[in-house]
Amino acid sequence: MKIENTTQPVIEARQLDLTFQTNDGPVHALKDVNLTIDKGEFVSFIGPSGCGKTTFLRCIAALEKPTGGSLTVNGMTPDEARRKRAYGYVFQAAGLYPWRTIAKNIKLPLEIMGFSAAEQAERVNKVLELVDLAGFGGKFPWQLSGGMQQRASIARALAFDADILLMDEPFGALDEIVRDHLNEQLLALWARTEKTIGFVTHSIPEAVYLSTKIVVMSPRPGRITDVIDSPLPKERPLDIRDSPEFIEVAHRVREGLRAGHGDDV
Amino acid sequence: MKQIVAVLTVIAAIVIVWYAACIPMNIKGVLTEQERAGAEVQPPSAKDRRDLSEIGLALNNSFAIPATWEQDRPRLPAPHQVAIEMWQTTVQKKITSKRSLIYHGWVTLSATMLGFVIGTGLGILLAVGIVHSRVMDLSVMPWAIVSQTIPIIALAPMIIVVLYSVGVQGILPKAIISAYLSFFPVVVGMVKGLRSPDAMQLDLLRTYNANRSQGFWKLRLPASMPYLFTSLKIGVAASLVGAIVGELPTGAVAGLGARLLAGSYYGQTVQIWSALFAAAILAACLVGLLGLIERSVLKRMGMAQ
Repeated sequence: MKIENTTQPVIEARQLDLTFQTNDGPVHALKDVNLTIDKGEFVSFIGPSGCGKTTFLRCIAALEKPTGGSLTVNGMTPDEARRKRAYGYVFQAAGLYPWRTIAKNIKLPLEIMGFSAAEQAERVNKVLELVDLAGFGGKFPWQLSGGMQQRASIARALAFDADILLMDEPFGALDEIVRDHLNEQLLALWARTEKTIGFVTHSIPEAVYLSTKIVVMSPRPGRITDVIDSPLPKERPLDIRDSPEFIEVAHRVREGLRAGHGDDV
Repeated sequence: MKQIVAVLTVIAAIVIVWYAACIPMNIKGVLTEQERAGAEVQPPSAKDRRDLSEIGLALNNSFAIPATWEQDRPRLPAPHQVAIEMWQTTVQKKITSKRSLIYHGWVTLSATMLGFVIGTGLGILLAVGIVHSRVMDLSVMPWAIVSQTIPIIALAPMIIVVLYSVGVQGILPKAIISAYLSFFPVVVGMVKGLRSPDAMQLDLLRTYNANRSQGFWKLRLPASMPYLFTSLKIGVAASLVGAIVGELPTGAVAGLGARLLAGSYYGQTVQIWSALFAAAILAACLVGLLGLIERSVLKRMGMAQ
């Protein structure tokens, strides 16, 4: 398992700091964040609201600018990585364009990046199949359920074959049954594509079920309180959630969350 | 079906109120005419009648009430008089005739359409500039608002005189006044529409490293379409008002505005009212046409079920 560590880490944060200047004074969103993510890892960020998990993901995506420390993505600054289109980003809401069909929504990044029409069509078919939406390319977003829309938005992020997939609570708005199903599919997709995934969530079972590494964060200031390397195997059927290993990891995550909260109560 | 009943009820109510209003409005003139024709009128002296209320006069001389709906030059013409006038000046006149409402309507419509195209084009360009440049946002928007606070009736003669002095006349001055009224709703609506995509959608494009023009063509412009059509409907009605107002101060010989003006010079109230109705019908048709285009465009874009 440790073989990949000889290569360069995909994401590396050192003493990362971010302070927002707001009308109510400065808000310390991230403080002293140190984290290394290797290629092919599935990393979950978990913590209460305001702990900076989304902010950290946005820093990786160069949507926010850190005010201190260093952050590299594939050895580059996040902004260089963004220009090289190193990652696909999946937001909380599907955010599909209502005036485009599903296929055309997935084509959006491909059009912007200048892929040929033939390649666009090929890639759309490939990712539609990957997220189990083959045959739905001609539908408009309003004709699809919420879960299907979110799958389409994942397909859109996968379409241009970035190595990194950043997901900001992508299943947060979905009910638990749909969520379980999508979690299973996401694991299968990760196994097939071998991407590096950063995944923000506030569900403990979701984080433990999906991740190879769980980053527990706490608020005011936003910081990392624990990093847990999951002992679970890569093959994970849904009922692994009843195994003692799973329960033990979940317990440690819960402890980490509680410890983080204890500071300011 | 229910809708049709509702519409017909409202129309019937308006017509009834209108006929009723004709009685007090026209009774004095009718009584004077009747007296000259030898009828007995209560009270007989014109001086006494002047001090009586119109309703009192109508009650005293109920025999004269039907005549209030049939005068040649009434203060307020009855609905059927306007309808007959409109019928005669549209269907029963050749459209090349100077008395044809269709001819006058066409003159106004052509200025309206030209002004609407200029105003819409200008409005969209300004909105694009305002959304993309902070300097334009701060400098253009206040002037656009100020421009609409000046009464167009005061501005129209100046525009026409200035343009005439540099040799521009005909349809263009009217179209410019029309554009002056119609660009504003388009600017306001388009600015709102182009800014309607939320932060998440803009972030999404940023992760694709999309440039500004891609952001405009792929996100902002399509997202602004529903706003654009709403503005266009307001704009086209304003355009028509602009074209009519543009015909008033010029002594124009053709157009619905010229018909209104000539009617008021010669006391031809029936002519005024029929020109008014022609303008209203024209505006309704233009707005209705835009509504149809809106539905088909949004349907094709998948934004309307």
